[in-house]
Amino acid sequence: MSTETDTTDFEFDESAVRRKRRLGKAFLGLCVAATMVGIVALVALLVDVIVEAWGWLTWEFLTYPPSQVVEHYNPANYGDLPTGPGGMYPMIVGSIYLIVMTAVFTLVLGVGAAIYLEEYAPDNTLTRFIEANITNLAGVPSIVYGLLGLAVFVRALQTGQSLIAGALTLTLLILPIVIVSSQESLRAVPDSMRQASYGAGATKWQTIRNVVLPEAIPGIMTGIILALSRAIGETAPILMVGAATTMFAPPQLTDPTGPFGAMPMQIFEWAKLPEDEFQHVAAAGIVVLLTILLLMNAVAIYIRNRYDPRS
Amino acid sequence: MTANGGGPRTVSTSESSRSGSEFESDRSVSDEAPLGGPDASETILESRDLDVFYGDEQALQSISMEIPEQQVTALIGPSGCGKSTFLRSINRMNDLIDVARVEGDLRFHGKNVYDEDVDPVALRRKIGMVFQKPNPFPKSIFENVAYGLRVQGKDDGDVEGKVRTALERAALLDEVEDQLDSSGLDLSGGQQQRLCIARAIAPDPEVILMDEPASALDPVATSKIEDLVEELAEEYTVVIVTHNMQQAARISDKTAVFLTGGRLVEFDNTNKIFENPENERVEDYITGKFG
Ligand SMILES: Nc1ncnc2c1ncn2[C@@H]1O[C@H](COP(=O)(O)OP(=O)(O)OP(=O)(O)O)[C@@H](O)[C@H]1O
Ligand SMILES: [Mg+2]
Repeated sequence: MSTETDTTDFEFDESAVRRKRRLGKAFLGLCVAATMVGIVALVALLVDVIVEAWGWLTWEFLTYPPSQVVEHYNPANYGDLPTGPGGMYPMIVGSIYLIVMTAVFTLVLGVGAAIYLEEYAPDNTLTRFIEANITNLAGVPSIVYGLLGLAVFVRALQTGQSLIAGALTLTLLILPIVIVSSQESLRAVPDSMRQASYGAGATKWQTIRNVVLPEAIPGIMTGIILALSRAIGETAPILMVGAATTMFAPPQLTDPTGPFGAMPMQIFEWAKLPEDEFQHVAAAGIVVLLTILLLMNAVAIYIRNRYDPRS
Repeated sequence: MTANGGGPRTVSTSESSRSGSEFESDRSVSDEAPLGGPDASETILESRDLDVFYGDEQALQSISMEIPEQQVTALIGPSGCGKSTFLRSINRMNDLIDVARVEGDLRFHGKNVYDEDVDPVALRRKIGMVFQKPNPFPKSIFENVAYGLRVQGKDDGDVEGKVRTALERAALLDEVEDQLDSSGLDLSGGQQQRLCIARAIAPDPEVILMDEPASALDPVATSKIEDLVEELAEEYTVVIVTHNMQQAARISDKTAVFLTGGRLVEFDNTNKIFENPENERVEDYITGKFG
């Protein structure tokens, strides 16, 4: 570089820079607009559902079984009903059981697979092939998992149209997502931690159990809960394995081979009915489902913040 | 905490029968063992024609040297010459690198650690390690130091006593005595490094490998670590990589100079290396003409 100052290098008319800056601003505007479309759509949807459900979502709605008669859902009529109000209690319980069982299966299978792939499997073509296909599986439509569940669990393994078949099908559905997100959490554990552990004379398993897992658990749990909150809203796969559209008594956790139902099924059922009032009932069901979903996400965020050993 | 003596300790007279050949690599210290003075010590680690490869790249070329027991051996040389690689091949940390491959012998108490029947985990329980970047676990100070004891199954007796002793030796106890339950990550960089040293010595290994333990620290913390290394050598064998010539001169008994290409060019008593090196390139390196 020459030491003499070339005056043309120091032009104050930076039109080129200004043009670039304008381009940057335009791009920023585009991004903001894109974000707004998403947010506005979501808020509009939420407001619409909540307005529909307003007045129909009561404590009784949460604690009573459903009814065929639409008047039974109207809080104004609660006083003079021979049978008690209508609600979605069995389906709430069904969804919770379904999710709890799915959570247990997913935790064992998903974290197990992730640990194997990330920590044990040799880095060869086969492993990479398996990993690529797990990622692909995450994109398979959920109804395909429903068909798989029907063929494998309901028919071949003879579970019947049961709670366990539903839970296993949902497990298959979210397993790829959980494996991938758990692998990412394991990969995020700094190698210096592993080296510190091996350097202190730890075996591989000791290193995984004492150092890697504690570091990765918050991320793994967050991934699992977010996947479960997707599973709880799924209708197609449980429809395929024969979830009931209406249940008057909650499923039994002690009898996992018994019939089962879940909130999305009931909401779908209500939404199909011709009476206008049932649209309000369906909206009330959606609000309940969304609330549970948001609660689960809140728990995920809490776990991420609370158990992050670095904060 | 007191510094040990002052200048580097002389251990034995220097090897006399040396050719001027630049890459004479199978120079053996055992030749001089009979010449050793009163504090001459046994060889604990011996490298014989050790080659290390990363994939097709050869990082170490036929390294042969003998590291004496209960002394400080410094490894110096320009960046990328294979010092860390050599250090990691001693306790088989290279096993963790997929592409790394080791040929030749590395003997610990006369036994080649690359023999089939050697369990690297058992080896690492005898040869502790301190890394360049302090890497405490996100656990309490106490649990950091107790980690080696726990994983090695040495935590049945007086864990608390052992932890305190290790912290004391690492010159950290006074500073953390009443916060043993707080996180190791809350300490300063220098304290974290001393915590890592405490973690390495708590299970009472025979050898401690240190890879530039003070490179990320300020001068005060560095001098604390240096004092510590000298004290550790009273009980342990210390092999330390450093980029800092003065540090090598101050704390080590023996110095090995690696030069580019992964060759060991000169290995001798520290005094000899710094005052009167045989090899011209070593002299250039030490006087800062290159590297
Ligand atoms: N994990 C690895 N994979 C591939 N090559 C490596 C790896 N680690 C080191 N190398 C190569 O081996 C050679 C020696 O590296 P090494 O880290 O041992 O050098 P060093 O002397 O410790 O350098 P520095 O003083 O910078 O730490 C370098 O050429 C480096 O690129
Ligand atoms: Mg290095």
